[in-house]
Amino acid sequence: MSPSFPPPDKSSDAAMSRRNFLRGCAAFGGLTALAASLAPLREMGEMGDYTSKEQFLQKYYKELTPEDMTKVIARIEGEVQRQYGLRPHVRDLKPMDGVEFVYCLNLTRCIGCRKCVHACVAENNQSRNPEIQYIRVLKMPHGSMDVEKGDHTYDAKQVPEKGFFYMPVQCQQCKNPPCVKVCPVNATWQEKDGITVIDYDWCIGCRYCEAACPYWARRFNFTKPEIPRERINPNMAYLGNRPRKQGVMEKCHFCIQRTRAGRYPACLEVCPVGARKFGNILDPDSEVSYILREKRVFIQLKEEMGTSPRFFYYFDK
Amino acid sequence: MITAARNYLVFLRRCARIAFVGDWRYYAWMGALTVVALFGLNAYAKQLVHGLAVTGMSDEVSWGVYIANFTFLVGVAAAAVMMVIPVYIYDNEELHDLVIFGELLAVAAIIMCLAFVTVDLGRPDRFWHLIPGLGQMNFPRSMLSWDVLVLNGYLLLNVHICGYLLYCRYQSKKPAKWFYIPFVFTAILWAVSIHTVTAFLYVGLGGRPFWNASIVGPRFLASAFTAGPAIIILALQIIRHFTNYRITDKALLTLRSIVQVSMIINVFLLVCEVFKEFYSGTTHGASAKYLFFGLHGHHALVPWIWTAITFNLIAMVILLLPVSRGLKYLNVACGLSIVGIWIEKGMGLVIPGFIPTPLGAIVDYVPSLNETLVCLGIWAFGLLCYTIFLRMSVPILQGRLSKANEGRPEIQGDEPLAPLSAHTPH
Repeated sequence: MSPSFPPPDKSSDAAMSRRNFLRGCAAFGGLTALAASLAPLREMGEMGDYTSKEQFLQKYYKELTPEDMTKVIARIEGEVQRQYGLRPHVRDLKPMDGVEFVYCLNLTRCIGCRKCVHACVAENNQSRNPEIQYIRVLKMPHGSMDVEKGDHTYDAKQVPEKGFFYMPVQCQQCKNPPCVKVCPVNATWQEKDGITVIDYDWCIGCRYCEAACPYWARRFNFTKPEIPRERINPNMAYLGNRPRKQGVMEKCHFCIQRTRAGRYPACLEVCPVGARKFGNILDPDSEVSYILREKRVFIQLKEEMGTSPRFFYYFDK
Repeated sequence: MITAARNYLVFLRRCARIAFVGDWRYYAWMGALTVVALFGLNAYAKQLVHGLAVTGMSDEVSWGVYIANFTFLVGVAAAAVMMVIPVYIYDNEELHDLVIFGELLAVAAIIMCLAFVTVDLGRPDRFWHLIPGLGQMNFPRSMLSWDVLVLNGYLLLNVHICGYLLYCRYQSKKPAKWFYIPFVFTAILWAVSIHTVTAFLYVGLGGRPFWNASIVGPRFLASAFTAGPAIIILALQIIRHFTNYRITDKALLTLRSIVQVSMIINVFLLVCEVFKEFYSGTTHGASAKYLFFGLHGHHALVPWIWTAITFNLIAMVILLLPVSRGLKYLNVACGLSIVGIWIEKGMGLVIPGFIPTPLGAIVDYVPSLNETLVCLGIWAFGLLCYTIFLRMSVPILQGRLSKANEGRPEIQGDEPLAPLSAHTPH
């Protein structure tokens, strides 16, 4: 087993010190190169979006005690104030008992004006650069519900155009949400009132939910969101429209900061033709209950996916 | 106990030292890899600061070459079983002393896999949310949590098997069977599981018809068992060239049969998939149409996939002909299969799954320069790891680095400068 060895190295001291010198040079060169390659990290403070130790160590939403939550909200309010120069009002609004939200959208009425898209951006503190939008309006040829025939980038001087109808798509708040199932860290879940929410402080940014969503409803913050100071909406919710950080997911949450406080979503309020209806399906007297009871046909997008959306499309005629 | 710990530390120290010793070619190779790895690190540092906006990814195509490389490398890691099975189940003698090189390749491949998923995260600072106990692992519902478990488990299994066998050889001790054979057999099943679970990551998504097909899993395995052993065939020849470690042509030809059969199955499964996507003519075939022929004027992936198919077909023909018993042709076939399958798993599987989007938009994806540098950096780092593993294991397996010669001066210039001419006795 043991092979013969050459006689022990009898190199002179000079050769040894030369070798040590070379080793030293190599080690020094290597460390310098390592430091140089990490140099971009120096910009981290000003450019990046990794924040305080408190945020790094923050617990999962469902494990936060009320005291924890108070501290977290104070932290968020402080961050927003530092960044945008105004004190927001951040709340941790809980789902109400006996409430399950449902959205109905009248495709006969929708004219494709995209006012809902922009009202949503303004309400929910989405990044303006790059602009993140939760609602995508498809211009569809008459007679088809096949989204692959839809035009995402129509730019007409005047809407509606003859021969087309318009179909806004946003998070469908599924009863069986594929995005929730795939999230490896439970950073997104369905609440009692049917809204699927995201803990922006827990998401690791793997974008598996984005791949899983059959409605292309989820958006990722590929870089640090930019919102002009004067555009900040100070009425914020933890699971809703508080400003997000770089590297996390976001999406439509039925304007939690409004709807859990008894108001309508921003997209509904702005709609000039009344195409959007929103309410509590558990209340038989609500408008949405009436629509789902009385309309002969309503459509759950991609019903065959088994996702069972809480977002219904219907026609008047 | 203390002596045992001391002995082990001496072993580790000597292994670490030998990684820094070699002839000028070794230094040149390692130096070049280090430079590329540092360029990759630099690119990743930029990505950390500016976010994934520095990549070519978008909300439409939200996974790109990072996940593509990850998928390919999981296959490479899984393919180590294609050496383990012949040795431990069929008692193949030729491969017996080589199986550890396959397992070490698996270790290096898994390290690369973990690096690729880490660079893909938007918030790598929150990786601890994944750790069971500390964070919130969505197990068993999320396939990604399965993947985290099986990949790390496979890494540990292989590190244990390789580390234990090498340390026994170092001590000139016979390894205790109970301490590694059960792990070897576990690793065989585990290897199949890592690639199956990775396939299920895609298969489980109902909203993506291109992935939501039961053939994806079998295709993953077939392509992995083609590309993996092909890489091992090339790696073994490189080891043979630079060391005097005994690797017979017969061993290489055993691996050839594996590559051959796997490639035939792989091409067959491809035919099955293409038939299903195109013959029925449903709108669910839009991604496949985009991939193979382009859709509504978008053709970004067409040249890629036809290159892959051409490479795979040429490789299959060469492998089927007797000429591939000659190493020259065998190497060409291996090279073509590796590149062909890399494209097929990356540009051919991950990207088209996103195009068109579930809402029908077509947005092309091209990896950015920064993204490419990160990928090259990870590959260089992985090769660096594999080279170091080989640098340590070859002298140990040959008995030149052992407990018996502890205290002797570091072996230097131990490798023959030219390949030994008579290393393949027939």
